[in-house]
Amino acid sequence: MKITARDREGVEHAIEGNDGWTVMEALRDAGLPITAECGGACACATCHVYVEDGWYDKLMPPSPEETDMLDMALAVQPNSRLSCQIPVNATTDGIKVTLAPE
Amino acid sequence: MNDLSRQNVPSTNIETDVAIVGAGPIGLFAVFELGLIDLKCHLVDILDRPGGQCTELYPEKPIYDIPGIPYVTGQGLVDRLMEQIKPFKPEFHLGQMASGLSKLADGRWLLSTDAGVNIVAPVVVVAAGGGSFVPKRPPIAGIEAFEGKSVFYAVRKMDQFRGKNVLIAGGGDSALDWTLNLAPIAERLTLVHHRDGFRAAQHSVNRMRELVSDGKIDFHVASVKTLHGSDGVLEAVTLASPDKKEWRQQADALLPFFGLTIKLGPIADFGLNLNENLIPVDTAKFESPTPGIFAIGDINSYPGKLKLILSGFHEAALMAQAAFHVCRPNEKLRFQYTTSSSSLQKKLGVA
Repeated sequence: MKITARDREGVEHAIEGNDGWTVMEALRDAGLPITAECGGACACATCHVYVEDGWYDKLMPPSPEETDMLDMALAVQPNSRLSCQIPVNATTDGIKVTLAPE
Repeated sequence: MNDLSRQNVPSTNIETDVAIVGAGPIGLFAVFELGLIDLKCHLVDILDRPGGQCTELYPEKPIYDIPGIPYVTGQGLVDRLMEQIKPFKPEFHLGQMASGLSKLADGRWLLSTDAGVNIVAPVVVVAAGGGSFVPKRPPIAGIEAFEGKSVFYAVRKMDQFRGKNVLIAGGGDSALDWTLNLAPIAERLTLVHHRDGFRAAQHSVNRMRELVSDGKIDFHVASVKTLHGSDGVLEAVTLASPDKKEWRQQADALLPFFGLTIKLGPIADFGLNLNENLIPVDTAKFESPTPGIFAIGDINSYPGKLKLILSGFHEAALMAQAAFHVCRPNEKLRFQYTTSSSSLQKKLGVA
């Protein structure tokens, strides 16, 4: 499954994640600087990304838990998501995300 | 120890066997392993309670990979560890950051905290996980220059905001609590949050909305874009709404409340030869390249390292054996099992 990830310097990276991973795990596997300090428990808001190019609306809406946790993220925008809550699968194949500032 | 080295130790120092940086699960279990071999511990942690990430990030989340405990929450694990180490009477120095490490003339270490506590010990164990929990700094250009003068991540004295135009940013309990507390003191208080919804206690949210409808405070769905002022003195901010409208508003003080994040902090300056923010250790003693300084848990690195709580427990056990020989160079260490050793059972208070 393919993911395009733009880092905080604006450089785009074409990365791969396996079906069943989360986007956070794919970003971490690719060595991109995503903190994800709680390890994917939706408990820290340090895997915050912006979902680009219309992909936001193709995702399942955030859970109340994720919406709450996004309150602790910085520079939140309408297309903000926690990447640990975005699954890598056929629906999200090709998704484009930008790492939010830390 | 000779008298000369004694003189180098200021009288306010605490003397112990082992100073542990970090009171997360691994630091706590280290107290147990060290306690079994009669080494006394003092722990320092920046949080105001023990547990580290377990209690700060996921107190209610389940952990399934602790050997012999099929299911436990982060808080549950910490509660059990606290019970397990109780017989060894560890002493905690909470709410303070380990800020300095230096070697004394007698070969022992002096670990100091930003609250003025000095711990002298032959062994220092760094069990600091990813580092210190510190407030998240919003990504606003130049905000550093205002910190401590006009931008505050905590309220120490409410009175300093009397008669000021106060802007609070955030939507959690801290943001709401301080909105309610400072509203009567501030000249004018404005709360900004990126959405019209909050993760704070409902009664606080209700009270805040009452104050808004009574015209006592302002609430905007917005975020802070720019700070205006000079020499750290804030005069105004530019706020931006989600639909990109921007406006300028007068403000003397900004209080951002976006929770905590983990930064390595002063450990980076302890001279421990860090590699990518991790302390390299050997896998026999879990000692850093600096003799007497050990590192266990998420903060260390070695070939094959896995950042698991159970790995940290193992590291604590081996570290303790090595630490004993540093603390008691002339003594022999008898290897014993808690199941069969009446001397260990006495220490645990069960025999």
